Amino acid sequence: MFRNFVIAVGAVALTAGVAQADTVTGAGATFPAPVYTAWSQAYRASGGDALNYQAIGSGGGIKNIKAKTVDFGASDKPLQAGDLAAAGLVQFPTVIGGVVPIVNLPGIQSGQVKLSGPLLGDIFLGAIRSWDDPRIAKLNPGLKLPRLPITVVHRSDGSGTSFIFTSYLAQTSQPWSTKVGASDSVNWPTGLGGKGNDGVDAFVKQTVGSIGYVEYAYARKGGVSFTLVQNKAGQFPQPEAPAFAAAAAGAPWGRAPGNYVLLINQPGAKSWPISGATFILLYKNQDNAQKAANVLKFFDWAYKNGDATAAKLDYVPLPAPVKNLIRKQWLQIQAGGKPVYISK
Amino acid sequence: MTPAGETAPRITDSRGVIRAGRQDAIFQGLCFSAAMVLMLTLVGLLISLVIGGWPALSHFGLKFFVSREWNPVTDEYGAAGPIVGTLVTAVLAMAMALPLAVGIAVFLVEFCPKAIAGWVAASVELLAGIPSIVYGMWGLFVLAPWFAEHVQTPLMLALDPDSFWGKLLTGIPNGANIFTASLILALMVLPYIATVFRELLLTVPTYVREAAYGMGCTPFEVVRSIMLPYIKRSGIGAVMLGLGRALGETMAVTFIIGNSHDFPTSLFASGSTIASTIANEFAEATGDMHSSALIALGLVLFVITFAALAAARLLIGKETH
Amino acid sequence: MSTSAKAPLFDRHTRRKLVNYLFVAITSLATAVAVIALLLILVSLFKNGLGGMSWHIFTMDQPSPGGEGGLKNAIIGSLIMCSLGMVMAVVIGILAGTWLAEYGSGSKLAPVVRFLNDVLLSAPSILVGLFVYEMLVRPFHGFSALAGAVSLAFLATPVVTRTTEDILRLQANHLREAGMALGAGKGLVIRAIIWRASSTGLVTGALLGFARISGETAPLLFTSLGNAYTSWDLTQPIGSLPKVIFDFALSPYDDLRQVAWVGALLISITVLSANIIGRALARGSHK
Repeated sequence: MFRNFVIAVGAVALTAGVAQADTVTGAGATFPAPVYTAWSQAYRASGGDALNYQAIGSGGGIKNIKAKTVDFGASDKPLQAGDLAAAGLVQFPTVIGGVVPIVNLPGIQSGQVKLSGPLLGDIFLGAIRSWDDPRIAKLNPGLKLPRLPITVVHRSDGSGTSFIFTSYLAQTSQPWSTKVGASDSVNWPTGLGGKGNDGVDAFVKQTVGSIGYVEYAYARKGGVSFTLVQNKAGQFPQPEAPAFAAAAAGAPWGRAPGNYVLLINQPGAKSWPISGATFILLYKNQDNAQKAANVLKFFDWAYKNGDATAAKLDYVPLPAPVKNLIRKQWLQIQAGGKPVYISK
Repeated sequence: MTPAGETAPRITDSRGVIRAGRQDAIFQGLCFSAAMVLMLTLVGLLISLVIGGWPALSHFGLKFFVSREWNPVTDEYGAAGPIVGTLVTAVLAMAMALPLAVGIAVFLVEFCPKAIAGWVAASVELLAGIPSIVYGMWGLFVLAPWFAEHVQTPLMLALDPDSFWGKLLTGIPNGANIFTASLILALMVLPYIATVFRELLLTVPTYVREAAYGMGCTPFEVVRSIMLPYIKRSGIGAVMLGLGRALGETMAVTFIIGNSHDFPTSLFASGSTIASTIANEFAEATGDMHSSALIALGLVLFVITFAALAAARLLIGKETH
Repeated sequence: MSTSAKAPLFDRHTRRKLVNYLFVAITSLATAVAVIALLLILVSLFKNGLGGMSWHIFTMDQPSPGGEGGLKNAIIGSLIMCSLGMVMAVVIGILAGTWLAEYGSGSKLAPVVRFLNDVLLSAPSILVGLFVYEMLVRPFHGFSALAGAVSLAFLATPVVTRTTEDILRLQANHLREAGMALGAGKGLVIRAIIWRASSTGLVTGALLGFARISGETAPLLFTSLGNAYTSWDLTQPIGSLPKVIFDFALSPYDDLRQVAWVGALLISITVLSANIIGRALARGSHK
């Protein structure tokens, strides 16, 4: 009986049939995974190729495109122009999101607490330890904050969300910049580490007096209150799609080499200060022109038809001028001296 | 046909060739090759770890093992926190799981009514089949809040913060700490040890047990003095299975240990283990030094495992034949 | 038993009986703890997982948020990789365990192999995954189901080896002597007699190995990657239940989390069924 089983398994192994050679494979950031998978399903339904996107982390996306084990990589953390040139890659953004601080305070609703970059820096450094600290009260006149110790909740795993949040802290809080810095994984001076946005969300829900930071989609779920953050113009916009779009609109897309743009503290009265785009990485010189063309064809389709899906999933589509800019940049992706894909 | 006194009986085929001998040689060769494949895998794994971790180890030297600072931004890496976390959780988990597992195995073999013995045994085995991510999720969403509310908070209110117990049990009351992580680990490790112990206890020959009962021993004495010593040497294997799982478990621990890189200063403080640190950071680590430091951590875990298993062997005694 | 004039309250006989009762109570308690823990977890699993059960789970590929879908691609992928991995693990594990128990006795190599096997047993699965990535993914420029199966095999083999050796060792020598007295060579004695006598133990080893790998996520992230579509190709990325659970359980979309619970429930049910079937088969072969 065992022998028959072995023969059967061997037969399956040898005759493994349908070679899905025209499946495009991409891997990387977790943040855009839901929208990429939604797009790929709609794309396939409309007659396009099968696109397999797997979320293994931005670092994984970068590592794997460099090792050429995937057709494209995805990263929440843009590579600097120098690194791009050294690796022979190009990068372009696809969607935009925001990072939102969340708190658990009795009697406090979403959008009541106002914070600023320096305040957040001090809180996450452990310099401000209680919610009734006068520095917080100064920004929130009239709001009665309870006398509770502040429990900081951060990410235990490396992530683009942490990268965006710490970049914001580094840009707005001098002590944070010198003591900790910005990266997808930092040496947090204080607090608990939750795994994933979900872990942070759970810890904040469970711990009264805690503060954490999550992607916008998680902040919209029930159980925790989000705070407002002061932007460069001194205003306190609500963390919603229009605010993220405003941040993207004001950004210097065309002027940044390699599209290295951080949507942190962008100008504009309505801009959400802790926003970020997510990026796709592709080789400038392609060995397989057809594969590269398929990747670009997919994203072109997504630019044209994917806005509604993205919005439904709480992402913000790129502004149209940026999309056209990107399409022109695609001409640099070539095989044998000719662009692999020309958008129509 | 077989000359009396020969130690290895042989069967020859029609041409006089020793068929059984050749078959035996092939079979023995196969078994040996399998054992070698196993060895080669491990050696290969070790070599790849050394190659990957060398940049970090050569750069930091001994400081890597004692420094508490883990900073991906400045590329300063010290593994003291995860190392201590790994050791503490593994020891705690084994301390909780081993007595439970032996108790369960003994119960199933000696005391459990035959009618339900099969079901209970199956339930214990089922604990092993639950995916580790489910343990993680259950730990985070069910155990942690319960623990915070019913164990940590009452203890915090009742104990003087400066007393010994107060210091030992201090921590943020949200249930995500070294102790609850060890609890979950113990639950995960328990079924492996219990299942194997039960199988081993079942191999104790009936006549041995009957002889003991015949002399008037109570079941406790039979178990303690006859059955457990009988399987002691093979029982080490079961303990190894459990210890191995406790040292290397990743997903479940990551969810509930609180993930701070520093030394855990109390039982209820958050900490991290080597496996959870690697799992948390490897996917995103782009810096070469960061990746290398994580692989070096993996190498450290291997060394710890070597040492722990060697120590266990010394304590329990060599497996003689 | 006590002949002392003072006749203490707990003479030796009573004391032994009390100790025994205490022992029974403690072991029953231990078992109760395990069973209760299991019930608590199962209740969570069923409560959250049953709600999402439907035919779609088995007929549709994984959903995107807000869309319809099931776990077909993940189920098929897991089945393929676990079966392949188990075949490799059982073959190598039983043979290696046999070598350790039967042939390695005098050799100096045996304690080394045994020790290294235990070390491999404790290897964090993520490191095994990284190793297979370097061996089978990077050189071939692609993730594959085969790499995933190999990494699972690396995780299950030490379990099978360990239990095989322990069980074989415990078989009484008179079985071996009887076989040899009948004229069988050592290999035949092992295959025809010892293996059959240990069949329940061997099956247990295989089941423990299967339980070990059925819920593993970390190594698959680096070897089989994952696939949103059903694939039968061993040289391409393939989906798996643990990967889908990992992705969906931590997402903010309730419909995806529901699917994750269903996946977790499926894995647990599979392991339980494998247990029941395995035991029945082993018991059957004894007759």
